[in-house]
Amino acid sequence: MAKTDDDIIVCRCEDVTLGEIRRAIAEGATTIDEIRRITRAGMGPCQGRTCRQLIASELARKTGKPVAEVWPSTVRPPMKPITMGSLAKIGEEGEE
Amino acid sequence: MRGTADAVVIGGGVIGASTAYNLLKLGMRDVVLCEKSTFCSGSTGRCGAGVREQWGSKGNCLLAKAAIDRFEQLADELNYPHDLEFKQKGYLMLAHTEKEWDQFQKNVELQNSVGINARLCTPEEARQIVPALNTEGMLGATFNARDGHANPFHVTRAYLTAAERLGADINYFTEVTGIEVSGGKVKSVITDKGVIETPLVINAAGPWAKPVGEMVGVNLPLYTQRHQILVTEPVGWLLDPMVMSFSIGIYCQQTPHGSLVMGIGDPQEPKGYDIGHSWQFLQEMCRIMTGLLPVLKDVRVVRQWSGLYTMTPDAHPILGGVPGLDGYLQAVGFSGHGFMLAPVVGEIMAEMAMGRDTCLDVRNLDAGRFERGEYNVEPSVV
Repeated sequence: MAKTDDDIIVCRCEDVTLGEIRRAIAEGATTIDEIRRITRAGMGPCQGRTCRQLIASELARKTGKPVAEVWPSTVRPPMKPITMGSLAKIGEEGEE
Repeated sequence: MRGTADAVVIGGGVIGASTAYNLLKLGMRDVVLCEKSTFCSGSTGRCGAGVREQWGSKGNCLLAKAAIDRFEQLADELNYPHDLEFKQKGYLMLAHTEKEWDQFQKNVELQNSVGINARLCTPEEARQIVPALNTEGMLGATFNARDGHANPFHVTRAYLTAAERLGADINYFTEVTGIEVSGGKVKSVITDKGVIETPLVINAAGPWAKPVGEMVGVNLPLYTQRHQILVTEPVGWLLDPMVMSFSIGIYCQQTPHGSLVMGIGDPQEPKGYDIGHSWQFLQEMCRIMTGLLPVLKDVRVVRQWSGLYTMTPDAHPILGGVPGLDGYLQAVGFSGHGFMLAPVVGEIMAEMAMGRDTCLDVRNLDAGRFERGEYNVEPSVV
């Protein structure tokens, strides 16, 4: 089957395609956070480092707004995934 | 946005969404919903996503049981294209203190008396349900197979899209700034996008329910309190049910997606609107959970966030109208369990709005119960 733009993976962590992003926009999403809530794009281990800009561009294109005016998405800690075993030991003697 | 409506619902969380849908389902024609941000931006989208029947008060048990009846039919009823991620793999409630174990025996007796099939488990039986569980120091547990999980974003959006199909006018980024009342009757709702004339307004504003109540002169006995939560990377199967402890103050569940969602209730948390996050939470959450479920020590935390519980003095919601004020209803103060009650609460609010008998008798959940002193505190909350 021929691949189209819609088959391009935009969020590599959660396997979300450009087609799914476009469908969410067609269904009324106007912000990155809404697209994240619908598709999980940006919810994976990299927290949207790759896909956030791509989604912002697509939203800007579809809504006719400059990228800078697309509602910014929330960025949450930790900045990279950390095991629960390591986090449990924060503050213990001999640990940094 | 429409300039007139039969009803205006304030709040685009799951309670407002379910209420708007049920109003239209019962035949109300012109329903407008106003949400100051976008869907699930208050407490719904930040919650732990659990649904359970195992409560310690008859009122909460009956509401939760009726809600799960509706969750089981929801995907079909709302005809929504995404998976609602509804799973029923139970809740396992752990008892580590004598007091807790005594309470659980009373809870199970109460639950069984209203048709909820929860049961008491020995630590060995608990380990059969969750093989990864460290039962050291545990006196027992309770388990109810009908409890579980659903995706709050998709459940809310499923209600909203179904309401839109039935003709609802859903307005995001539309903040209610006032409600006009004249002669004891609601006349209109004032927003930053315009005025909507309406004879009926329903306050489903979650953490902002108290300021919305003040717009009509209602002083709600509510306070908000931050609860922190985290999610891990998705991993292979580790556990079926939600694992919960009231004395330790934690809950943890593996979602159908494979990630684990877990949170702590901190009794020292100050009241207010702070939804910041702390490293101390990460440390404490991970210390407790790697003790209870040692297999978690190699699982990575991907994200932490927090949300607000909107608490009432008895940890039961406030449902209904206010004497002397025509055209105002409220569904507020869910005390951390609004998501799981939403399917039945939306139905009850719609029935009240249409002047019908409600599917459950919730007259004792009116706002006046606190002044009358007619309330009992729900013991089973994290």
